[in-house]
Amino acid sequence: PYLCEERRVRANDREYNEKFQYASNCIMTSKYNIITFLPVNLFEQFQEVANTYFLFLLILQLIPQISSLSWFTTIVPLALVLTITAVKDATDDYFRHKSDNQVNNRQSQVLIRGLLQNEKWMNVRVGDIIKLENNQFVAADLLLLSSSEPHGLCYIETAELDGETNMKVRQSVSVTSELGDQNNLSSFNGEVVCEPPNNKLDRFCGTLYWRDKKYTLTNQNMLLRGCVLRNTEACYGLVIFAGPDTKLMQNSGRTKFKRTSIDRLMNTLVLWIFGFLVCMGVILAIGNAVWEREVGSLFQSYLPWDPPVDNFLFNAFLSFWSYVIILNTVVPISLYVSVEVIRLGHSYFINWDQHMFCSQCNTAAEARTTTLNEELGQVEYIFSDKTGTLTQNIMSFNKCSINGQTFGKYPLGPQPKRLDFTPFNPLADLDFCFYDDTLLESVKVGDLHTQEFFRLLSLCHTVMSEEKSEGELVYKAQSPDEGALVTAARNFGFVFRSRTPGTISTTEMGRPATYTLLAILDFNNIRKRMSVIVRNAEGRIRLYCKGADTVLLERLHPCNQELTNITSDHLNEYAADGLRTLALAYRDLTEDEWEAWSESHRCADKATDCREDRLAAAYEQIEQDMMLLGATAIEDKLQEGVPETIAVLSLANIKIWVLTGDKQETAVNIGYSCKMLTDDMTEVFIISGHTVQSVRQELRSVSLTGRTAACPPSSWSTLPCPPPPPPPPPPPPSNLMDNISGEFALIINGHSLAHALEADMETEFLSTACACKAVICCRVTPLQKAQVVELIKKHKKAVTLAIGDGANDVSMIKSAHIGVGISGQEGIQAVLASDYSFSQFRFLQRLLLVHGRWSYLRMCRFLCYFFYKNFAFTMVHFWFGFFCGFSAQTVYDQYFITLYNIVYTSLPVLAMGIFDQDVPDHRSLEYPKLYEPGQLNLLFNKKEFFICIAQGIYTSVVLFFVPYAVLSDASQSNGVPLADYQTFAVTTATALVIVVSVQIALDTGFWTVINHVCVWGSLGSYFTIMFALHSQSLFRIFPNQFHFVGSAQSTLLQPVVWLTIALATAICIVPVLAFRFLKLDLKPQLSDTVRYTQLVRQKKRKPGRLGARGGSRRSGYAFAHQEGFGELITSGKNMRLSSMALASFASRHSSGWIDTLRRKKHTSAQHLGGVQSSTQLCLWVSSSTLKLLLCSGRLTRYTY
Amino acid sequence: MVKQEKEFVNRPDNTAFTQQRLPAWQPMLSAGIIIPGFVLIGLAFIGIGVALFVTSQSIQVLEVDYTGVEQSSPCFKCSDPDVKNCVCKMEFNIDSLFKGPVFFYYGLSNYFQNYRGYGVSKDPNQLSGDLDSFKVPSDSCAPYEYVGKTPIVPCGSVANSMFNDSFKLYQIVSGAKIQVTLDGKGIAWWTDYNVKYRNPSVTPLKNAFNGTVKPTFWSKPAYELDPTDPANNGFINQDFLVWMRRAALPNFRKLYRRITEGDYAKGLPAGNYSLEIAYNYPVLSFDGRKKNEFLGIAYLVIGSMCVVMSIVMLIVYAKFKFPEEE
Repeated sequence: PYLCEERRVRANDREYNEKFQYASNCIMTSKYNIITFLPVNLFEQFQEVANTYFLFLLILQLIPQISSLSWFTTIVPLALVLTITAVKDATDDYFRHKSDNQVNNRQSQVLIRGLLQNEKWMNVRVGDIIKLENNQFVAADLLLLSSSEPHGLCYIETAELDGETNMKVRQSVSVTSELGDQNNLSSFNGEVVCEPPNNKLDRFCGTLYWRDKKYTLTNQNMLLRGCVLRNTEACYGLVIFAGPDTKLMQNSGRTKFKRTSIDRLMNTLVLWIFGFLVCMGVILAIGNAVWEREVGSLFQSYLPWDPPVDNFLFNAFLSFWSYVIILNTVVPISLYVSVEVIRLGHSYFINWDQHMFCSQCNTAAEARTTTLNEELGQVEYIFSDKTGTLTQNIMSFNKCSINGQTFGKYPLGPQPKRLDFTPFNPLADLDFCFYDDTLLESVKVGDLHTQEFFRLLSLCHTVMSEEKSEGELVYKAQSPDEGALVTAARNFGFVFRSRTPGTISTTEMGRPATYTLLAILDFNNIRKRMSVIVRNAEGRIRLYCKGADTVLLERLHPCNQELTNITSDHLNEYAADGLRTLALAYRDLTEDEWEAWSESHRCADKATDCREDRLAAAYEQIEQDMMLLGATAIEDKLQEGVPETIAVLSLANIKIWVLTGDKQETAVNIGYSCKMLTDDMTEVFIISGHTVQSVRQELRSVSLTGRTAACPPSSWSTLPCPPPPPPPPPPPPSNLMDNISGEFALIINGHSLAHALEADMETEFLSTACACKAVICCRVTPLQKAQVVELIKKHKKAVTLAIGDGANDVSMIKSAHIGVGISGQEGIQAVLASDYSFSQFRFLQRLLLVHGRWSYLRMCRFLCYFFYKNFAFTMVHFWFGFFCGFSAQTVYDQYFITLYNIVYTSLPVLAMGIFDQDVPDHRSLEYPKLYEPGQLNLLFNKKEFFICIAQGIYTSVVLFFVPYAVLSDASQSNGVPLADYQTFAVTTATALVIVVSVQIALDTGFWTVINHVCVWGSLGSYFTIMFALHSQSLFRIFPNQFHFVGSAQSTLLQPVVWLTIALATAICIVPVLAFRFLKLDLKPQLSDTVRYTQLVRQKKRKPGRLGARGGSRRSGYAFAHQEGFGELITSGKNMRLSSMALASFASRHSSGWIDTLRRKKHTSAQHLGGVQSSTQLCLWVSSSTLKLLLCSGRLTRYTY
Repeated sequence: MVKQEKEFVNRPDNTAFTQQRLPAWQPMLSAGIIIPGFVLIGLAFIGIGVALFVTSQSIQVLEVDYTGVEQSSPCFKCSDPDVKNCVCKMEFNIDSLFKGPVFFYYGLSNYFQNYRGYGVSKDPNQLSGDLDSFKVPSDSCAPYEYVGKTPIVPCGSVANSMFNDSFKLYQIVSGAKIQVTLDGKGIAWWTDYNVKYRNPSVTPLKNAFNGTVKPTFWSKPAYELDPTDPANNGFINQDFLVWMRRAALPNFRKLYRRITEGDYAKGLPAGNYSLEIAYNYPVLSFDGRKKNEFLGIAYLVIGSMCVVMSIVMLIVYAKFKFPEEE
């Protein structure tokens, strides 16, 4: 009997499985197909309030008593808007179809009637048996049946799924693993009964019924979609969940429609404008009522009321609706579509940006969502994944300390030479990279300590080896760290060749050696160490141990004291560099000791109760009195430019939180290596309590410590804080870094986070976390990542950005305002869920500080102008209402009304919205402070909106009353008065177009060819179209439509009209000019200052460009470049490599970098006033000698 | 080389456009441009303002109110709408020569030719001579569309309310009345006369109007507006065209005649004049008028403001100097 609570799957029986109608393996993320597109899309579009509103207007316009405007004034823009949106939706959906198809059409091998057949992924059914080969993606959630490896084992990488990169082992149920290959499997007809689809990645429970026996199935037997098969030649699996039912898809959740804060503000404002519109309508309707009663009653002898109207109140009611129609242009119909067009443009600029192209993985940045760009300019919090995002997930053996001597210095110089191991060791791994030849020398001369050090590394591990042909060794390590260590030993002459359960075979300095493996004292999280006990060929028994220094150094023989001190110093040094360290030690055992311990170990092993504890105690017993050998330091390789990017972003007042599924130690290490955590921090708090009380306790103590500190941590960014004592100029370089980071950091564990996120503690957690400079959450689940993001979103009202690369980041990427996926890696889940994707973390600074900032700036300027121009346009009708008996007579020709928004004034503002720049891109990277207006929401908010509206209304007053005052008594030279309606309409319209064009010219700060074409073209099109519409030929064809015949000519030939237009323009523009000039002079923004100095410098530089080159600067650059600091502004690097100005360019960047640091220090000074800060800024830009000094000073610190 | 190109197929194009490096002019509101700019604009505006003001001073205007609200007015008797074919005379005196050309306007105040319903109440097809629209006028003409079932031509409220007072001007020279020749040609727009309004091409014009009635307020049908001149009759009658070009504002004047011919072409000499008015149009009130000095004064004000502003800016600039030099 079929129950919906469980799923039954019978292998190799499609007919049986089809009864349940399980989802197929076809994934569909697209929304429309060809037939449904039009109705569904239109339905969706009319769910937009604005579109429905315009539809409603259209209906109103069809009522003759109300219609104050022809229907086409609304339908033309509406149709245009609907079409553009529909085209955009269609293209989007096309790409979704394409990506779906790509995934659905991947090939997999399915066992059908005993034969392996290639099938597309989408044709794979529940109950099929499919064959997977090494490095293939798992197509659906499978029950592992058998594998090519012994015991039905297979290895998978689940990075896609949970972000963990170490390999995991899966094992099939023993009965099925015996089946082996396809011949037997084709007759397999077991039935699986299991739980229904769910999103729990680490849990599966089911039962296999086969041959009248029951076998319990757990997660250990499952291969989930999204995993990659590793180190396993092939395996067979039974499809349990397919397509949308897979755990991967169940986890990806619903795609939330993201809106930007500008969007929300815009919607509010549009609602207000609706309100405003209704108010205007009511005022005019009241006016109409009064007028009809007082004046209109007399006028009725010329024009009686229309039949249904019998009293002035009803007339006023109709007049209200008529005014709603003619004033509807304050609610701009083309606003939304213009915003979309601008965002699309910005998205293309992101896609096209060469500085965000990664040549290693041949991937360009991609704006996958085109609706969020301006929000990139307002980000306050970044939540970053660690593995694959900050790090490359490559471990490299970097340094070591052997018997108190440290090895592995990174050589200075332009082209450091990699050590070549091949002449010395034919078995060396060619990819291994090491630079310090003293270590190799030490091995060669036969230093006993060094040899013992590498012997330990070659013996004490759990790596499996595979030697396909002589000398071609492949290691399969559980964790990349271990692999790196064994590979290091291999290169230095201690090659691990193979192992059996009881022996380990190695080649030591070219001579084969075999050790008897007596015991493995395995690693676990509590012990934090592992040991092996081996007997060498001579019969000597030795215990080799490697582990975390904290636990290992405690267990040394007292005679090691001196060495321990030296090694501890080295360890601290390594740790400060962000390296992952291990201490190594050994202990010689006598035969008796071994026998005795072996006995106690056996007892413990056999114990039934508290076996773990007993074993641990046994281990503890023997891991004593060890002799220290040294320590290793492994670099978890950061991605290029990560520390610099983080530094720049935090200078831009962006807080960065690292959320990782990784262990606390590794997370902290990375925190150090990417300079989020530094030794200079006042305190690094670690919260790892397991209970609610302990977490609360820990949080409280943190905030207590924080409060007692002299200067609250958050103060450097937002609150006024007593300025630090001014350092003597020039400041010692090391202080620069100290001062920007010397605060608090918080590290919280996943299990503590679970408590901290509970309703009663979340505010406490939040306030503590936000007070800290750096926050690292480790061991967090994908869901917790999302919860943390939601917490900030809920309480901070700040824009959040989540960046990650794996499927475990999907939930956080989706819940943040902006999700960024790291592409170019193997997994694509994160990218698919993301809004933006690129392949290097360092591109984030360009995405935010350049593209985001520009987008925000452009969007704000666009909106300000857009509202302004619509108010200026529409409110003229309002004033005219007082002179035309409130009869809803329009001021302009109806064609002008139709075309004003979509033709005459659309392109210049679009061009500005797409192309405008206030400062060049490299400037905004040099001065991260320029990012601040976006975070504070300064450029477009309610206040700015009211200013725009006020300016618009002022303009409309001028545009109506100036022609009113001039034309009412003016006449042509032949005596014909100019006060006729059509002349008035043409004059006002022309003045309006000219005023708004001059205004956009003022607002445009970056005049490219396109801006020129748009502005002049729009003005030209206005006159051309007007003359065409007022031409005789058109009138002769449609006498009923073109009433304005001859008006353009007759009006625009009058000098008085031009004088009127000039006067109106001057009255509108002169105050704006004066205001802007005074504002620039009295209260310049940072961007103004930067722009100004930039322009001044450009002018100055033009004559002698070559003068900027200097020998010393060039060497300064090369120096800095090697250390990665020249890449601080990564954009620059790619940009002008060939350029002659390389040297000057580099020096400018590094000076900017130092400047920003310096300015950061002097935040308080900057608050004193823009004028001072700007002069200071100029000073710094020009002082190049100082810059050089700072660079080299910085460099030395970085190296050691 | 080829290989490398292949490798980077995804590399975005390195063009000035895609990399947002288009050459651009980046204007800045610097003091060097703004302050002299303001001075220049200011001076230019003052110049134009003075010229306009002087010109407007030389315009001579004389207004005669013949509404007849006051009992003392000679037209008081005509202001009663029940009185038909009333003629009244207004006498006035000119102190100095009115230099020609002299234009003769009639003005209406508080009259809402710009009322929306009024403005649309006409049939453009009919007025462009389309005979089909003679039989079936547009609905927009309501309520002046039909009388009973007979269509009105020209239909609609605008035509119906055509101003129909007529004037004769005499100079009284030692008791004798000398008629001043008033020229009614070309007082309407060229496009209105030649393009927009057309009589149907039927001769005689009267036949085209068979089966129609004249607008209810009219005393004579359209084809009799000027029987003497076929080029000034029907829909292309100049007075009709002037009326049909509706005014933008409720207080307006329309050109009635010019004095361009005969003895008075050079202007109206000082002396006594008498205006004979055939008072047909029912108007109720009338305001006085002023000369139009607005434009000149406005230019002067704006010009001076610019100059003052530039001085203010100069002071501000000198005090809080923006770092022009590095």
